[in-house]
Amino acid sequence: LPQAKYKERGTVLAEDQLAQMSKQLDMFKTNLEEFASKHKQEIRKNPQFRVQFQDMCATIGVDPLASGKGFWSEMLGVGDFYYELGVQIIEVCLALKHRNGGLITLEELHQQVLKGRGKFAQDVSQDDLLRAIKKLKVLGNGFGIIPVGGTYLIQSVPAELNMDHTVVLQLAEKKGYVTVSEIRSSLKWETERAKQVLEHLLKEGMAWLDTQAAGEPQYWLPALFTELYSQEITPEEAKEAIP
Amino acid sequence: RFDNGILLLSTHRLIWRDQKNHECCIAVPLSQIVFIEEQAAGIGKSAKIVVHLHPASSNKEPGPFQSSKYSYIKLSFKEHGQIEFYRRLSEEITQRRWENMPAAQNVQVNKSPQVRRIRAVGIVGIERKLEEKRKETDKNISEAFEDLSKLMEKAKEMVELSKSIANKIKEKQGDITEDETIRFKSYLLSMGIANPVTRETYGSGTHYHMQLAKQLAGILQTPLEERGGIMSLTEVYCLVNRARGLELLSPEDLVNACKMLESLKLPLRLRIFDSGVMVIELQSHNEEEMVASALETVSEKGSLTADEFAKLVGMSVLLAKERLLLAEKMGHLCRDDSVEGLRFYPNLFMTQS
Repeated sequence: LPQAKYKERGTVLAEDQLAQMSKQLDMFKTNLEEFASKHKQEIRKNPQFRVQFQDMCATIGVDPLASGKGFWSEMLGVGDFYYELGVQIIEVCLALKHRNGGLITLEELHQQVLKGRGKFAQDVSQDDLLRAIKKLKVLGNGFGIIPVGGTYLIQSVPAELNMDHTVVLQLAEKKGYVTVSEIRSSLKWETERAKQVLEHLLKEGMAWLDTQAAGEPQYWLPALFTELYSQEITPEEAKEAIP
Repeated sequence: RFDNGILLLSTHRLIWRDQKNHECCIAVPLSQIVFIEEQAAGIGKSAKIVVHLHPASSNKEPGPFQSSKYSYIKLSFKEHGQIEFYRRLSEEITQRRWENMPAAQNVQVNKSPQVRRIRAVGIVGIERKLEEKRKETDKNISEAFEDLSKLMEKAKEMVELSKSIANKIKEKQGDITEDETIRFKSYLLSMGIANPVTRETYGSGTHYHMQLAKQLAGILQTPLEERGGIMSLTEVYCLVNRARGLELLSPEDLVNACKMLESLKLPLRLRIFDSGVMVIELQSHNEEEMVASALETVSEKGSLTADEFAKLVGMSVLLAKERLLLAEKMGHLCRDDSVEGLRFYPNLFMTQS
């Protein structure tokens, strides 16, 4: 007698669905190959298209960047694009860490990465950087994305930054620095709480203290110094980046 | 400043009126437009239309500026409307209805029709090319989007199917062998679907990761020896991917593979410090022993920060800090945490008790 393939209720068994999935997977691979042959360039060249692509994947519950072995990565080349970007981001952050304590604006990171990639490399957008950074988090190096003003600060060190720290960073973003009085008046905090947060940022090297400022001491974020934006990464700093 | 207003399009002109002060109203005749282009919105940036203009004629009507070093103006759409407006404006510019209908009001008749036509010929050629190029690009993109949508539909089916299978595995509907479980995981990997059973997108242990783990053991042996037996996972990521050049590893691939090192009895292992920092160590490496030598170094110098220790020993600051923290955890060092930085001292409470 042939083995009963179905339970009483007539539901399909897992192993049969697995066989079905295997077949559908092969078909999907073919569809993807076809898509790639027509539109691979579009993804490479068009940042807007990349955003659309990523959003659609997210909507249906698929992560095209999860693995270099995934179909998306292999056939569309999206993987290599973002994983290489990840390497470049890590190197820039390492090189500049001693200047900014491991906090850098998305703008500056973008500029430095573009410089590093050279004139003839594929253009990358800020959205691309954010997606690459989200993937890097899993390496445990403390990569984080902090929304400030209309943009983001990228953290690349395992320093613990809680809500209090984040809120003060956001306050400091407007002028590049913040004072205890500003924190007290804007956030309605006690002096002690403000000082604790600022001291933590000082210790981590993410803030510098200007005691000579008129009035009261100012806590500056080197990550926000616009004068430093176009400063090249020095050879010594570059060495630090690739140990 | 022309900050907050309403933009109007007529057959003859582009008109901007201040939303607060209705008396303030400026206009540009459409005949002055050479071509227009779009600038997409970005983070912190609104969508824009750049309008390239002919040089102003000598008898232009008075306006906010008599002259400008720029040959274009930018229209910034802070809320919405850029796409539609661009479409309408393009239409008006293409149709050039102002040529056929004289406007009712004071429209500048600044050149004889002949002169204007000569200029227009050269410009029209450029405009047409740009328009063609735009249409071609648009067509490509919309075709690409269509194809992408269809593809996503199919991908969605795969996701649904995988969820169904995962549920059945959970409720044990049918006998799935271990081999089949591994197959399932590899299907998920190919599609980029999170493992619905374990809810992890990583740690899924497929054959691919096993192979990768063995490869890594080979690739990393020498670099590890050169670096005192320990490397952070970010260092490994960069090293391996730079060496590969193509077919790079995703961060998750690397983590997944490293999680299998120990169970595969390979000569390396993954270690996760309290801070969350992840490192690869040679099996022969003993961080606790390194702590003993770190203590000696710190004692010699009296006290050291992570930076100083790193320079002295030739380690990355990240790993230097982890070693000092471990030494502190083991009771050999204690800290002085001031705004000058974090400094470590030998723990005299231990040694002198």
